Amino acid sequence: MLNIKDLYTAVENKKILEGLNLSVNAGEVHAIMGPNGSGKSTLANILAGKDGYQVTQGSVTYEDKNLLELSPEERARKGVFLAFQYPVEIPGVNNIYLLKAALNAIRKHKSEPELDAMEFMSLVKEKMKLVQMNEDLLTRSVNEGFSGGEKKRNEVFQMAILEPKLAILDETDSGLDIDALKIVAEGVNSLRNKERAFILVTHYQRLLNYIKPDYVHVLSKGKIIKSGGPELAIELEEKGYDWIH
Amino acid sequence: MSTNTENFEKLVKKEYEHGFVTDIDADTIPPGLSEEIITFISNKKEEPQWLLDWRLKAYRQWLKMKDPTWAKLDIEHIDYQAISYYSAPKSKEDAPKSLDEVDPKLLETYQKLGIPLDEQKMLSGVAVDAVFDSVSVATTFKQKLADAGVIFCSFSEAVKEHPDLVKQYLGSVVPAADNFFAALNSAVFTDGSFCYIPKGVRCPMELSTYFRINASNTGQFERTLIIADEESHVSYLEGCTAPMRDENQLHAAVVELVALKDAEIKYSTVQNWYPGDENGVGGIYNFVTKRGDCRGDNSKISWTQVETGSAITWKYPSCLLKGNNSIGEFYSVAVTNNYQQADTGTKMIHIGNNTSSTIISKGISARHAQNVYRGLVKISKNANGARNYSQCDSLLMGDQCGAHTFPYIETKNSNAKVEHEATTSKISDDQLFYCLQRGIAEEDAINMIVNGFCKEVFKELPMEFAVEAQKLLGVTLEGAVG
Ligand SMILES: Nc1ncnc2c1ncn2[C@@H]1O[C@H](COP(=O)(O)OP(=O)(O)OP(=O)(O)O)[C@@H](O)[C@H]1O
Ligand SMILES: [Mg+2]
Repeated sequence: MLNIKDLYTAVENKKILEGLNLSVNAGEVHAIMGPNGSGKSTLANILAGKDGYQVTQGSVTYEDKNLLELSPEERARKGVFLAFQYPVEIPGVNNIYLLKAALNAIRKHKSEPELDAMEFMSLVKEKMKLVQMNEDLLTRSVNEGFSGGEKKRNEVFQMAILEPKLAILDETDSGLDIDALKIVAEGVNSLRNKERAFILVTHYQRLLNYIKPDYVHVLSKGKIIKSGGPELAIELEEKGYDWIH
Repeated sequence: MSTNTENFEKLVKKEYEHGFVTDIDADTIPPGLSEEIITFISNKKEEPQWLLDWRLKAYRQWLKMKDPTWAKLDIEHIDYQAISYYSAPKSKEDAPKSLDEVDPKLLETYQKLGIPLDEQKMLSGVAVDAVFDSVSVATTFKQKLADAGVIFCSFSEAVKEHPDLVKQYLGSVVPAADNFFAALNSAVFTDGSFCYIPKGVRCPMELSTYFRINASNTGQFERTLIIADEESHVSYLEGCTAPMRDENQLHAAVVELVALKDAEIKYSTVQNWYPGDENGVGGIYNFVTKRGDCRGDNSKISWTQVETGSAITWKYPSCLLKGNNSIGEFYSVAVTNNYQQADTGTKMIHIGNNTSSTIISKGISARHAQNVYRGLVKISKNANGARNYSQCDSLLMGDQCGAHTFPYIETKNSNAKVEHEATTSKISDDQLFYCLQRGIAEEDAINMIVNGFCKEVFKELPMEFAVEAQKLLGVTLEGAVG
């Protein structure tokens, strides 16, 4: 599904990713761990198509197409979803209004009929249960005044509605209390299937107790320096990153 | 993908939707301004002597006044002798008594604008007075309003049918010589709308005036007078369009509102005059004096405006808070794109005790446009317990446009509570990226974010108007992003 080969990127001439390789197949869950500033969010942003990153070398293919050539909205419509590490506030824009516009843009791209208000609301009701979203968050402005945990939950809620093929969760577990963590993890687990792949960026092995990854990678100084199974995360939790070289 | 700033700069032309000209046989007097012209207009309208005298007095004062230069506007010299001060569709000569007699071409024009004058087809329950160039052509739902005791008619008709009311209130809020443009309007105004809500009446429907400039080289000088008698309530909507022309056209209107004890007036404007082309050629000069007088205790006047058109907008809808506990509100969205300029804001003059005012202003500028908020909050010495809250937010799209905020505060009473907040922001790359990442197209994303920025104002508009305002905002800013 996703194939990243020897990727080098820079922001304002600062090199961030330096020779990153990663291959993700449909149905897999990959966890990416690594020290602060190692380039995890940069990788997520590049996959989602954020402005301002130069790719100086390497390639990214998604479903056999050059992902880097697509605009962010095209990527989203083709099933790439990013749950942001810091979801942005958009004052005055109704949370659910944005979500409906998003869903219908994606459906339109797939030549599916747009959902009307009734159909959309029943979908919302169903998915809200999944992440136990507080109903009043639906009609508030996007992320405005949401608590840290509410923002993260909202990201997972959006993911549940938009049903992406490749979901990238950038530290969605940070800032969640224990109960919320379980709920979010259950949300993710219920979306797991053999067509859908996940990239989970996280600092904590704890999340991986709830979401069993197929692979764990360590990203350090712009490249993946070690990969393994779930046991690698446990080892990292015990020993930190220093022992790997 | 380039950076957003570059995107904003990419020029894409958007045709002005209402830029058609109606080919109609019009009765237009030659350009020029003099006592003879004013007398001609007054005679043409069969006005009483007192009104002609009032006009001439205003004219003589106007001659002694100078164009205001304090606004942050770049205005080309206006030759007041080159403007024609009266233009009426010919058929008006025989004054249509009912809609059947209105020139079908005129009806067609209004239909194109989306204003159905045909009462049979009216579903929306909004009574409309339509002003075409200098004269009012039709007022719908007259009977239903009359049953409620509401007077809603053209200004000319009010002068004939309700001279006492006109005489009592005309110029009582905006004196004839209030300012340069108000004086000019007082001398040459040709028509407009008049509305009187009797004591205790809640106007059964929204009242609406639609202004359209059609003839070239003419100015439009309309005058609106709304009187809400004690305990009455009215909501009034005003919309405006004009055809595309290369030369600038002048629109200098005066609106006077009077709210007596316990009365409430809600006045909403969606201004969409032709803004000129993307190089700044042509467009309407919109120089308007709007003022509301909260004359009675517990009265309330609320201005809501969405200003998307005009080459230059110069207007400050204001409230005189004379009655105790009276309330003034000003909600404004002003959008400028290309070379448009807007210098707009409000004045809240607190005179009575426990008066309060709220100002919410949202200025949006794109490309080379300039947007100024200019507001005055004045608390008089005897206004005990006065309160004001002002919030002025500016949104910039691109880095060649400008937003400026000039909040003047004059407090002569120490127990007044005046709060002012101002912000200037850009549509952030992060907000835009968030929407794009969810699959939303860039243009839709911008629209969504800008509409969100304006939400506090849009929610004050009546439903149909809010929808129109959102659409207009989209049209005005279309192409402001690449
Ligand atoms: N726009 C930018 N300009 C300059 N430096 C940047 C920019 N974006 C990222 N960086 C730098 O690139 C490096 C990688 O940042 P990134 O956000 O990808 O780290 P991360 O692995 O997600 O860290 P964390 O675990 O703290 O979230 C950091 O040193 C960061 O300061
Ligand atoms: Mg990060």
